[in-house]
Amino acid sequence: MPRRKGKPMLRVERVAKTFENGLAALQPVSFHVGQGEIVGLLGTSGSGKSTLLRIIGGLHHASAGQVLVGRLPVRAPRLEIGLVFQEPRLMPWLTVEENVRFGLYRLSKDEQAALAREALNKVGLLHFAAVYPRQLSGGMAQRVAIARALVTRPSLLLLDEPFSALDAFTRLQLQEHLLKTWEYDRPTMLFVTHDIEEALALSDRVVVLRGHPGRVDSDFALDDLTRPRKRTDAGFQAWKARILDRLDLSLDI
Amino acid sequence: MAEADANIEPAVALDADAVSTPRISRRRWRGLRGLILPVLLLAIWESLSRFGVVPVNLLPAPSLVLWTLWNLAAAGHLAVHIGITLERVALGFLAGAAAATLLGALTGYSARWREVLDPTLQSLRAIPSIAWVPLFVLWLGIFEASKIALIALGAFFPVYLELMSGIEHVDRKLVEVGRMYGMSGATLVRRVLLPATLPYYLVGLRGGLGLGWMFVIAAELMGASSGLGYLLVEGQETSRPAVIIASILLFAIFGKLTDLALERLGRRFLGWQDSFRAAQERQADAPR
Repeated sequence: MPRRKGKPMLRVERVAKTFENGLAALQPVSFHVGQGEIVGLLGTSGSGKSTLLRIIGGLHHASAGQVLVGRLPVRAPRLEIGLVFQEPRLMPWLTVEENVRFGLYRLSKDEQAALAREALNKVGLLHFAAVYPRQLSGGMAQRVAIARALVTRPSLLLLDEPFSALDAFTRLQLQEHLLKTWEYDRPTMLFVTHDIEEALALSDRVVVLRGHPGRVDSDFALDDLTRPRKRTDAGFQAWKARILDRLDLSLDI
Repeated sequence: MAEADANIEPAVALDADAVSTPRISRRRWRGLRGLILPVLLLAIWESLSRFGVVPVNLLPAPSLVLWTLWNLAAAGHLAVHIGITLERVALGFLAGAAAATLLGALTGYSARWREVLDPTLQSLRAIPSIAWVPLFVLWLGIFEASKIALIALGAFFPVYLELMSGIEHVDRKLVEVGRMYGMSGATLVRRVLLPATLPYYLVGLRGGLGLGWMFVIAAELMGASSGLGYLLVEGQETSRPAVIIASILLFAIFGKLTDLALERLGRRFLGWQDSFRAAQERQADAPR
């Protein structure tokens, strides 16, 4: 198993999932993610990546195995776990600032406002605090969703193909934004993607899921890729070729 | 960060300067368009009566109806009739809408409560309103309580149905966001389900208020000594068509005004909507 940064923060232990209709989404899957580590969960369509992320987030129950965040098993959503969905999922009746404050409802209004404004500042959208989601572009809306996920200071941030619905240029910008934002608190980050370059640009490690139902096929530590990473570098391209080889669809038949 | 912002423009131009003088006058003018048809109809009606095309003892001219209203107002009767009808509609509507909000939220949120309550409520909905009158009179007497109960019953069902159906159709993905932040039960209802349902809820409230106005006539016909419904009956019993038409016009005017108030309230709370109508209005308000 590749080397992890720090002590394990997330442990996925023989997690399997079969839905009520009998559809098997995951074979027993195990891996650990270290404190402050960024792990990309890469896989072909239908390999159970999103299902696994939702189990880790507490939105689905595993049919077998367990997920531990810190020392506690995850049985339901917890505030220390932030989740950014594929779509921004902003509440359309709330302004940008109110959306960022959405998860802070247990705090006083003053604390909510201060934290929300700080989070908006980090994603560069402070001056859009008073507008409604309908007035934002797709990229801006997703940045608000990232601010909303980070404002509660989660120790584990999960991202489910957060940039897949965006155009290539905005996607590159937001990847940079995400890394800059991550620098502030450095939460442990696990993100699902089907974009190999995105996985290589952001991750310390790439876990590849394959098959139907999905299983962990390989786990690559990208220790030799220094940051900031250039997509045109020979090392980057070599990793891309290596992972493409692993994802060879003919092997799934 | 600022550089990135410069590259990512809002999908829709911000309308910070949405309220400006020319836009307000355009909006007022659009509101006045709704008066064109009634004024035209009144003019035709007045002409037909004046030239004897329709018998005045069956359809008195609008001017005569206005004169009757003026006399009723001068004698001090009109304000009493309007006041008591408005009070009945307001109390009945508030009671009906409050009960519907509570039960609609409960059955919309909880499948278990929906299974228990909804079949019974749906069968009660099928009973014609007039069938309740003898029972309400028997239970609550012929005074105010039975009238308000009947109006509340009328207002209840549109609000209940719209709210329950609205909650059932709330985007599952938004509910998941609420769940990610540990929301459930009343917190989830208050912070996600009710706001998401607001467009449906306001349609229900407007429908409920409309039925409240219909039911107040039934309530006042069943034995009242005041109110616009009473005035209607009095006009019939004393063979004064001008009084009957005046009462009907007052129902129309106050029904429309209260509906307009709810619609305005709705617009205030639904400014966030990205709907076809909202886009039409923004386009109409935009400077040319």
